[in-house]
Amino acid sequence: MHGGVSSVSAMALVTRTDRRPSLVSLAWRSTVGKKAVMAVSGLIMLLYLVGHLVGNLNMFFGPDEMNGYAHWLRTIGEPFLKHSWFVWIVRFGLVAVVVAHGVSAYQLSRRDIRARPVKYAHQRQRASYATRTMRWGGVILALFIVWHLLDLTTHTVNPRGEAGHPYENVLATFSTWYGNVIYIVAMLAVGLHIRHGFWSAAQTLGANRPGRDRILKGTANGLALVLTAGFLSIPIGVMTGVVS
Amino acid sequence: MNLHLRVWRQQGPDADGAMAAYDVSGISPDMSFLEMLDTLNEELAGRGEEPVAFDHDCREGICGACGMVINGQAHGPERTTACQLHMRHFADGDTIDVEPWRAAAFPVVKDLVVDRSAFDRIIGSGGYVSVPTGSAPEAHATPVPKAAADTAFENAECIGCGACVAACPNGSAMLFTSAKVVHLNSLPQGAPEREERVLSMVGQMDAEGFGGCTNTGECATACPKGIPLPSIAAMNREYLRAVRKGR
Ligand code: HEM
Ligand code: FES
Repeated sequence: MHGGVSSVSAMALVTRTDRRPSLVSLAWRSTVGKKAVMAVSGLIMLLYLVGHLVGNLNMFFGPDEMNGYAHWLRTIGEPFLKHSWFVWIVRFGLVAVVVAHGVSAYQLSRRDIRARPVKYAHQRQRASYATRTMRWGGVILALFIVWHLLDLTTHTVNPRGEAGHPYENVLATFSTWYGNVIYIVAMLAVGLHIRHGFWSAAQTLGANRPGRDRILKGTANGLALVLTAGFLSIPIGVMTGVVS
Repeated sequence: MNLHLRVWRQQGPDADGAMAAYDVSGISPDMSFLEMLDTLNEELAGRGEEPVAFDHDCREGICGACGMVINGQAHGPERTTACQLHMRHFADGDTIDVEPWRAAAFPVVKDLVVDRSAFDRIIGSGGYVSVPTGSAPEAHATPVPKAAADTAFENAECIGCGACVAACPNGSAMLFTSAKVVHLNSLPQGAPEREERVLSMVGQMDAEGFGGCTNTGECATACPKGIPLPSIAAMNREYLRAVRKGR
């Protein structure tokens, strides 16, 4: 990561003759560009989560609605797309953004830790909880995504696991104590991650301005709250018997 | 006032350092933090010990030479420079920890003195406008919109002390670099080199080994000159714009 050493010192009235590496690769190697990749991939995942939540709330309308919704997802785009193609396109897209997000987070974190090798003897509390937990929270979410796929996509760890019956599968997940614990912890983690992440992405992409800071922070809090509460409502609904 | 100090002592760049404890007495609440250290140093010199090395120059809060982490905060508990921090913000009998700026890009030279020449190299990479010098230009030749002048002025207040880097958990120089980029890129005089400037300065900043920004906001909280956090957003905007424009 030695962004732009070649571009240094050659400004001003000097006529440039050297060829620089492409600006896109220059940007990826810079901290600012890599952070922009993290911001964009994070925003795409956030958009996905909003859609995912709205779809999941079908759980409150019974097995026919939920299973019908899951079936409909696989018919999107027909006859232009074949059956399930839409779902697969989304899956490939999501894998790409999750990898981009994770790789840039890992590379930037390594660099950040190296940039502050000696800790202060006098430690004090810094930044908000959401801000301080971005790295570990992200790791928890990555592990959750793996578990979640094994649970409700491949049904490897699902107590029931019947393809085409997400309603019954979700009920099975939330009828085990560990299912509830894993999902509740993950939903709280995703809320914290979004709380800092949304505002941070706006800052990284240059959308923040002095007069806009509070609106962006408010939007971040609102999104975090709605998504966490919305997703939590499903395990809570199952536990309390509202969904059964 | 009587105070217990714990000060970072380090003989040289490659020596191991440690916190050393000193008691100072007879400190007036009207003294600045640096005058308090002067008092300690006179005592140390009197006893034939090596005085504590620290950077300072103007002692008016305008040059940016002074800087130390006091009780875990860059420049101490008030939003000002160490030279303008008065001892009345401490209580008699307090224990005060004094440490140098900590960042890979700011190696310790001795005690509380760090090498901040990385900042000079960032400025050298683009923190200027190229104009043929000669007689002073006519003041009205280049109109500057009021809003642009205000933004430029707010960011030009940066004194390059390095408190932002010291406060950042990632040792990032984003606030410093953004202050200069935004200062010059807001002005018509800076426009011709707008893209080149931001690309070069960010490139140099990264090459110096500063960390990236995680938007913790510690830098803007510590900044004695109140450079706002949205300046970093503005620099990001300039950077991404330069990449999109292909220069
Ligand atoms: C209570 C909370 C949640 C429930 C009940 C739930 C339920 C489900 C179900 C039933 C599926 C399979 C859909 C299908 O096969 O048609 C699924 C897929 C998925 N979920 Fe969740 N989800 C929850 C929270 C989350 C969260 C917080 C994330 C992100 C961190 C997430 C990420 C995904 C992804 C990426 C997929 C796509 C897997 C695929 O390609 O099929 N989910 N979820
Ligand atoms: S000595 Fe000049 S700012 Fe403190």
